[in-house]
Amino acid sequence: MPVRRWWERGRRIPGALSARGLGVDAEQWPQVARDVAAAGGVLQSLWVSREPGSDAAVYGAYLTDPGVLVTELTLPAGGEPPHYRGLEDIFPAASRLQRAAFDLSGVRSSDPDCRPWLDHTSPYEFVRVDGEGVHEIAVGPVHAGTIEPGHFRFSVVGEKVLRLEERLGYVHKGLEQRFSGLPILQGHRLAARVSGDSAVAFSWAYCQALEGMSDCALPPRAVWLRAVCLELERLANHLGDLGALGNDAGFAFGLAQFSRLKEDLLRAVSAAFGRRYLFDTVLPGGIAVDVSTDAARALAEVVCAVCAETLELRAIYEEHEGVRDRFTGAGRLEPQLAAKLGVIGLVGRASGQARDVRVDLPHPPYTELPVAKIVQQGGDVAARAAVRFAEVQESGRLLERLLSGLPDGERAVAVNAPADGAFGIGLIEGWRGPVLVALQAGPEGSIRRCHPHDPSWQNWPALEYAILDNIVPDFPLINKSFNLSYSGVDL
Amino acid sequence: MLKTLRKIASIGLVSETPPVPDELLRVGRALDDRIAAVLGRALCIRHVDAGSCNGCELEIQALGNPYYNLEGCNIRFVASPRHADLLLVTGPVVKNMEAALQRVYAATPAPKLVVAVGECGCTGGALGECPAALGRVSNVIPVDVAVPGCPPHPVRILQGILTALSPAA
Ligand code: SF4
Repeated sequence: MPVRRWWERGRRIPGALSARGLGVDAEQWPQVARDVAAAGGVLQSLWVSREPGSDAAVYGAYLTDPGVLVTELTLPAGGEPPHYRGLEDIFPAASRLQRAAFDLSGVRSSDPDCRPWLDHTSPYEFVRVDGEGVHEIAVGPVHAGTIEPGHFRFSVVGEKVLRLEERLGYVHKGLEQRFSGLPILQGHRLAARVSGDSAVAFSWAYCQALEGMSDCALPPRAVWLRAVCLELERLANHLGDLGALGNDAGFAFGLAQFSRLKEDLLRAVSAAFGRRYLFDTVLPGGIAVDVSTDAARALAEVVCAVCAETLELRAIYEEHEGVRDRFTGAGRLEPQLAAKLGVIGLVGRASGQARDVRVDLPHPPYTELPVAKIVQQGGDVAARAAVRFAEVQESGRLLERLLSGLPDGERAVAVNAPADGAFGIGLIEGWRGPVLVALQAGPEGSIRRCHPHDPSWQNWPALEYAILDNIVPDFPLINKSFNLSYSGVDL
Repeated sequence: MLKTLRKIASIGLVSETPPVPDELLRVGRALDDRIAAVLGRALCIRHVDAGSCNGCELEIQALGNPYYNLEGCNIRFVASPRHADLLLVTGPVVKNMEAALQRVYAATPAPKLVVAVGECGCTGGALGECPAALGRVSNVIPVDVAVPGCPPHPVRILQGILTALSPAA
């Protein structure tokens, strides 16, 4: 059945995002997934809720043309331990989500791969590759650089990679359990720390979910300032990545230049907002910071200078033979495979997956401020660098508009805690891709359940494919070009 | 090539003067004068993320930019704990990283300086109360210097490192 029909049956989830919820039975659960896949949609997230004393439920959130469709399958308590049909054959990204959901809730899917994911207390079997001359290289969890911990198991012949298997979950904190019971009007602080490099995206997604349930009308100035913060976060991360990519390709000059530009930007952000990183700026009902017209102009000038220098540096990267050599063809993820794996966000756009929440499902202020979607077909390191280069310019253009056109008025309004049982959803295009927060209210202004989802869930498995047939020494470069979050998926 | 050289020439030197040590950051022992003198000449650091949100990592990375110019202070990051004089630890320690952190600490040769970075590392912070976290770094390994902030400014992190390196004032 066409996705449109499922959508029409759904109940509107109030808020700035176009979203609908739909209760399904065990037969419809995989059917919706199949229909979404057939229509070119993707699985955005999957999670399980299991409160003591009530039925468990599994949720699937899909990105479809009309909006986010959330299906809910109730798994009656009592009798056998609850279980459900896994979706990994339709959306491969479901596999790890289902394994993580089991570790957190004890609710099992039908996926034959039932190795633990977040739970590191039991032994773990890596898939072995046999054959002449094949040997294994194990890296991590603690890595050489200043990055997050994770384990990579390579099967190689000579230098060539035959298989990569990732083992994550090292920075698992128990975030979802921590959310439950917190005052719902304060959860944005924890949301900002799901993945610190995406603090604005996560706290905005959280607030979007909450404000929808509370029927809160945001003042225009607040949404514009939120977008300023979101685009600054995108800009800062892209600058950092472009420098690191140059460095990993043996061009230390690139790191020196881009890390200088990033620092210039952070200092300007600090001058405007009193903080270099924008934790705890987005809060329920609006935003914690404001800028004077002069401060906004000063910030816009730095952004403009940074963008101009980035253009110059792009020309230098493009002309540098060493960089071109290392970028071109490395870690290629073909568009067809990217589509099959349901790859999203920046990595998806570099492999022809033309999705951007700001364009496809625009919420204020993007409803008034059209964004140019940046798409490349190459799927290699060069394409992922090109998307970043172009998005720096696009964010620069947006910031210029945002900072010069800030509407007057309040920067925040009061929000009431939603009624017990209310459900909300937020989806924000962070620098890495769409960040989702599903939120359910509990009694007396508390959180019953909060599920934050980072796009790295979808894109980590894609890295295992992108590295195939490349050589081990290219892994740092290819990995950097994906630059996925560990904290964001380890939860 | 010409463009690259022109860029280097036009930017010039932007490095800033490093901060002075701050005794208020010290939570553990101070170094012996002689060891401090030797380490002061070239310090090797190993970073361990024991459960951070990755925000602190961004500010540690910033130490390498031309403004803070960590290498100019004769400080560099190394790939193995066996080569490290100092561990820079972020995050609350989470259960899945406890063993790895202890292994890294065991492999680090004396004097095994430890600087805990960020609110989470110092007190447990926003993430330390999560059920799979064990709170502050000093709950798992001894800590000499603790740098608060969420995330701390790079200058504060550098100051913490220099404090760990300096004998008691
Ligand atoms: S101190 Fe703040 S930035 Fe650092 S790990 Fe903790 S929450 Fe993240």
